Amino acid sequence: MTTRRTLASALVALAALGLVSLARTQELPPDELVKGVTLEVVDLIAKDKDIRAGNRTKLIELIDAKVLPHFNFAAMTALAMGQSWNKATAEQKKRLTDEFRTLLVRTYASALAAYSEQKFDFRPLRAKPTDTDVTVQVRVLQPGAQPVPIDYSMEKTAAGWKVYDVMVGGVSLVANYRTEFNNVVRASGIDGLVKDLSTKNRSLAAAAAAPGK
Amino acid sequence: MRLALAALVATLAGCASTADRDPRDPLEPLNRRVYRFNDKVDQVIAQPVARTYRKAVPEEVRSGVRNFFGNIGDFFIGVNNFLQGKFEEGVGDWARVAFNTTIGMLGIFDVASDMGYEKHNEDFGQTFGWWGARPGPYLILPFLGSSDLRDGVGTGLDMYTDPLGEVRPYHTQYGLWGLRLTQTRADLLDASRILEEAALDKYVFQRDAYLQRRRSLVYDGHPPRQKEPEDDDQKNTR
Repeated sequence: MTTRRTLASALVALAALGLVSLARTQELPPDELVKGVTLEVVDLIAKDKDIRAGNRTKLIELIDAKVLPHFNFAAMTALAMGQSWNKATAEQKKRLTDEFRTLLVRTYASALAAYSEQKFDFRPLRAKPTDTDVTVQVRVLQPGAQPVPIDYSMEKTAAGWKVYDVMVGGVSLVANYRTEFNNVVRASGIDGLVKDLSTKNRSLAAAAAAPGK
Repeated sequence: MRLALAALVATLAGCASTADRDPRDPLEPLNRRVYRFNDKVDQVIAQPVARTYRKAVPEEVRSGVRNFFGNIGDFFIGVNNFLQGKFEEGVGDWARVAFNTTIGMLGIFDVASDMGYEKHNEDFGQTFGWWGARPGPYLILPFLGSSDLRDGVGTGLDMYTDPLGEVRPYHTQYGLWGLRLTQTRADLLDASRILEEAALDKYVFQRDAYLQRRRSLVYDGHPPRQKEPEDDDQKNTR
């Protein structure tokens, strides 16, 4: 049961991935960026009848527009790959990043659809103004349960603050994919991992397109 | 329960081999078999029941059920906080029980949260961890799912001390267990579906999430940094 609860928290966390968005936010401090994007996305979902009725394509478009610009997917993929990243060719890196992004966005959309009605508690940032690598903490308040902490690991880049990992309830998304990725790479190489990820994405897309779901 | 657990651990240890395996999970082949069994039980019984429950029972009622069992759990959450020397938290947990049992009408309403007494997450496995016990080998317990040696013993103790065990007559007690399981599973329906979507290998994804999560809980959300496993791909990462 604990595991299931863990998963639930992970999902909430994933949902919180949606946190970060907005075009004019590049100069904002990271905690205000997270807060602004989270509240904007939650608000847009609340106002959108189609998304609330379960239109996944529209929700993914919303995430693409508002949330994705604030994530550094190449960094996330590199961290999840570990050592194997350095052995990949430029073409492989691009395909891995694309497939991983597709998977995370879809997962994130499911989490957001399930948990966007919860209340958020944005914690004050504990960092020096000169820091370039910070953790932004948000808590998802759920009725009758311990709040789920969502920690965004963010790095300052020339294009503004970018998220490179999300921890939900203490579970790092990037670290959680590391064993899976390493197992596949060990068994069938980097191309095997690209293939597995794209097969997974295609089956999820097919399931989403199937009527009645 | 604890005897059964000890027997299980002994059996499991007997099957361990030295093959190329995750050092945290020496019993993976056996664990995967139990995992498949649990998954079947979940698909055939637990999920359909939870789905029907969520469809048939309005959220206001389900929230009352959730709070009712949460209130019963808060008493031993407090005990575990005391055992870990966290007296302020333990007092808070017991204050929750006091307010929710009375003003909250036997725990159906979580008035204590509105009063600022936050709900905590503690159990005996976390207490053992706080005292310094390592997780030991990862285990999949029949019906109960992800665990490890430390948390398995903890879960045994959690169940042994569970106030529901005092309820008589027995059919009422079993009814309450059933209701609590159904409520818990219903609350996790969305989460388990997202897990299915996110994972390439559900077993591995869930195991790693469990181990990370428990480590975080033992340290109350502030675990010391671990060295990154990519530095030692082949070596033992713990």
